[in-house]
Amino acid sequence: MRSKNENAGETRVRKYIISKRIDAVFTTLADIHFFIVRFFREVFFPPYEFKEIVRQCYEVGVKSLPLISLTGFIIGIVFTNQSRVSLAEFGATSWLPALISIAIVRALAPLVTALIAAGRVGSSIGAELGSMKVTEQIDAMEVSATNPFKFLVVTRVLATTFMTPALMMYVVFVALMGGYFNVHKNELTSFTAYFVQVFNAITFLDIFSSIIKSFVFGFTIGIVGCYKGYNSSKGTEGVGKAANSSVVTAMFLVFIEELLALQIIHAIRFA
Amino acid sequence: MKKVNPNIDKNNKVISLNGLKKSFDDFDVLRGVDLNLYQGENLVVLGRSGTGKSVLIKIISGLLKADEGVVNVLGSNMNRIAGRELDRLRLKIGFSFQNSALYDSMTIRENLEFPLVRNRKELGRKEIDNLVEVVLEAVGLSQTINQMPSELSGGQRKRIGIARTLILRPEIMLYDEPTAGLDPITSIEINNLINEVQTRFNTSSIIITHDLTCARDTGDRVVMLLDGQFQREGTFEEVFNTDDERVKSFYNYNFIK
Ligand SMILES: Nc1ncnc2c1ncn2[C@@H]1O[C@H](COP(=O)(O)OP(=O)(O)O)[C@@H](O)[C@H]1O
Ligand SMILES: [Mg+2]
Repeated sequence: MRSKNENAGETRVRKYIISKRIDAVFTTLADIHFFIVRFFREVFFPPYEFKEIVRQCYEVGVKSLPLISLTGFIIGIVFTNQSRVSLAEFGATSWLPALISIAIVRALAPLVTALIAAGRVGSSIGAELGSMKVTEQIDAMEVSATNPFKFLVVTRVLATTFMTPALMMYVVFVALMGGYFNVHKNELTSFTAYFVQVFNAITFLDIFSSIIKSFVFGFTIGIVGCYKGYNSSKGTEGVGKAANSSVVTAMFLVFIEELLALQIIHAIRFA
Repeated sequence: MKKVNPNIDKNNKVISLNGLKKSFDDFDVLRGVDLNLYQGENLVVLGRSGTGKSVLIKIISGLLKADEGVVNVLGSNMNRIAGRELDRLRLKIGFSFQNSALYDSMTIRENLEFPLVRNRKELGRKEIDNLVEVVLEAVGLSQTINQMPSELSGGQRKRIGIARTLILRPEIMLYDEPTAGLDPITSIEINNLINEVQTRFNTSSIIITHDLTCARDTGDRVVMLLDGQFQREGTFEEVFNTDDERVKSFYNYNFIK
């Protein structure tokens, strides 16, 4: 039998560990908060790193195109194909274009784009900045009188923030084309008839809210990747961790934001 | 053994540290450090790993802030300056990092240009190319100009790192473990380069190392960091002419006979 004392000791240890954990979570939250504040403090003041911003936009936007084209198109096809079954039960397959359009514009395109960006761009930002941190390249920049936060963080966050909505619009287009491809094959719907239905189904609010959402997603992906990389611990292990937790954290936050956005848009729509 | 540089100006302190203290969490790394670096001098700071040598030069270059004490670099108090003023001072300090810290995503040319392009906006393409050639020639690596850092050996990367700091013609050079991780022959080449830089570019330098060959061959003066303070100071022989076990074991370990 265990003595009372031993139990008390164990509880104390456990309490200590838990309080340490909670402490760490709050410290991280505070750190991210300062990181974001610093971003907004630096983004508006010169020097503006235009050349680097353009380069980063190219990295984030153009280089994501192959993957995002393929994914978007396939999602269009698959989603259309799967939805047909349910609609066919009611003999309502003629509603397919409207259904696809709403699903893609409101939910699929922003989410898919954000998840792909988090996976491709978030991890590469985390790994790149992480290895720059670990090998003292960030310090090297600072001692050569270049503000590394501006040069590395601000440029990347701006690139993800502005490229994610652009990519999202592109995914909408590609996925709708995928949907058309499938509908045309099965229902022989004409291109015009398909797109008339598509555009009739969606409202300005749908498009607008998806764009805003994508801005937020893009900002999140950029900030998380940069934060994780910038605060990467020493060693090659730290770099891997930074890349990995950039993706996990960004995806998690994107889902939370999606849920919040759903509530807000719902409130606006029925206001 | 190095011949002491005759051009050292003992009346001109380019760096002076007084009562410098720095701790991380509850670990006191530097516990009251006093140090002067004179114009034209190569000063070697010896110490085992983790004694705070890197912390010391990071404080001197303004990468870290001291907790206590005065850090005076080229007449400016590092605790007081920030922003533009700090940047202007930093251009006069060259920092050679332990892992060279070359920008992986840039070619050697772009690495060398980086400090110029960012800080000397008045320079034209031709002048930049010229300056790049001069420093590349000074470190003997002209042929690598279009290569990527990953294609170079450790010793070559070190040289390029040094060239990148020389391009702004710094008055002070800070070398963090210049020979760490290099083979003995490459180490000797780097030691020679450090001495060449001293005379050719008229720099005053702090060389941080735990490599005694490097200390002996590059140092006009040697200090030893032990338990957060400078315990020994003088020429290489003077520093090791002691009964202090900690110092003796350091010597014996380096020169295993
Ligand atoms: N940014 C930092 N945060 C916390 N601890 C640090 C930091 N930098 C250095 N240290 C600690 O200070 C001590 C001295 O480090 P350093 O100056 O790198 O040693 P070295 O003499 O090998 O260069 C080490 O124990 C290290 O863990
Ligand atoms: Mg060190």
